[in-house]
Amino acid sequence: MKTKIIALLSAILLLPVLLAAQDVKQLVEKVKAKLDKVSDYQASGKMKTNVTFLKVPIANITMYYKKPNKMKIKSEKGFSFIPKGAVNINMSNSLSSGKYSVLDAGTDNINGTVVKVVKLLPEDDNADVVLSTLYIDETNLVIRKAKTTTRENGSYELEMSYGKYTEFGLPDKIVFSFNTKDYKLPKGVTFDFDDGTAKKTEDKAKNKKGRAEISISSYTVNKGVDDTVFQ
Amino acid sequence: MWKLFQIEVYKIFRKPRTYLAFAIITGFIFLIQLGLLVNGKEFLGFMLGTVNDMMEFNAKDILNGYWVCFAILNLLLIHVPILVALVAGDIVSGEAAMGTLRLMAIKPVSRAAIILAKFFASAVYVFLLLLWIAFISLFVSLLVFGSNNLMVAKVDDLRIIETGDILWRYCCAFGFAFIAMMVVAALALLLSTVSKNSIGPIVATVGIVILCTLISEMEIPLYQKYIRPYLFTSYMLGWKGFFYINYNEDNETIRGSIENLPAILKSIGALLAYIVLFVTASVMIFKRKDILS
Repeated sequence: MKTKIIALLSAILLLPVLLAAQDVKQLVEKVKAKLDKVSDYQASGKMKTNVTFLKVPIANITMYYKKPNKMKIKSEKGFSFIPKGAVNINMSNSLSSGKYSVLDAGTDNINGTVVKVVKLLPEDDNADVVLSTLYIDETNLVIRKAKTTTRENGSYELEMSYGKYTEFGLPDKIVFSFNTKDYKLPKGVTFDFDDGTAKKTEDKAKNKKGRAEISISSYTVNKGVDDTVFQ
Repeated sequence: MWKLFQIEVYKIFRKPRTYLAFAIITGFIFLIQLGLLVNGKEFLGFMLGTVNDMMEFNAKDILNGYWVCFAILNLLLIHVPILVALVAGDIVSGEAAMGTLRLMAIKPVSRAAIILAKFFASAVYVFLLLLWIAFISLFVSLLVFGSNNLMVAKVDDLRIIETGDILWRYCCAFGFAFIAMMVVAALALLLSTVSKNSIGPIVATVGIVILCTLISEMEIPLYQKYIRPYLFTSYMLGWKGFFYINYNEDNETIRGSIENLPAILKSIGALLAYIVLFVTASVMIFKRKDILS
């Protein structure tokens, strides 16, 4: 009798937790279903890279995506440095495997929008992604923010703003933040001209966070993308 | 003076060693181009260091004609002054050794005019040498490697210059290099006026350039503070300043900008002062020189 009472109490106490887990799993499934509507896309936009050791102009880029996880960012003119891990800016990549445990981590507020915080733990022990935290806008069923920790490519964060392509779950603006390392070359290799501006660079070198801001002007969705662009 | 200048130019281009300099520089640049064509990616990997771990890029795009030219000019830092010294160091002492200097000095022209004619003739040689370097290092590289944005590596940052913003920088850099090489020519001329054979001034010029370059580049506070500002080699790297594109707070490069133009102008001023100093000293010495050979 005593055991039955304990079991009943435990069930009553765990019920909200289990229901919540079920809710977030359904929420993630809904977001995934929305993203699954896109088989491929080609997007045009501009990329602004802000890394301490990298002084680059704003690049006109074209992003290509094809299911299940092909992603390529190409600079239209010249060349660009694309942060490693930026291939995961397509959230469909993170959710495509479906092999993960979903945990409810409460709610948060992003720019006035209440979002559901969901943690994804991959079931595959060898997966590169160790943990993903998604901030899901339940009303529009889109991911507003994502934090990802990987084994090989460090941690990175994505912030997304939506507009014209919300129905496909595709953002208009993506801000990709990532960790950077120091960059240093021996003076005997570069033979720098000492013009007295070294201090300016030295002061700025303290910032170890890199940032890539992608503003997308247009998407061409589900019109087919040739495999050769990913090579 | 004009006739004297023409004769001096003729004399320079009659000597096989003049063409030897062109041949050496051609061979040297060709070897660098070949090396970068075959193993450029490995060299680039070294230059980019930790960037390889953080960023994805197409090495083939970075390894373009503009970048190859920049790498060549970086590697030619010591070699071009040697080739300049090879001709300018011989310009007075060579004639002293051959015994033609006395014949020249007895002509109804001032000694100052003789030295100035020799200096301007060596300027023609330096100009043509740099023009040739520009042609094979820039235009041939562009033909072989193609055109794209230019990546400039500094000790603690990398700067990307867009294709349309590069060519004027090379024009300015070669213009600066001409002034820098003219300092070497003026120094060689000065040493040539005090010597009776060609080898001495050539070796001495090369030695001074190497020694001063080493002191300029050594990160020793004593040298940096008290000696470096007075060495002409400290200003010779100013051509690179044209490639140090300025950037805003978001680390975004500003098209058409130069990070520190006053520093480049200061270097040009210093180099011109050295030219005036060396040429004036050459004229003074040559005027008082007792020509016995």
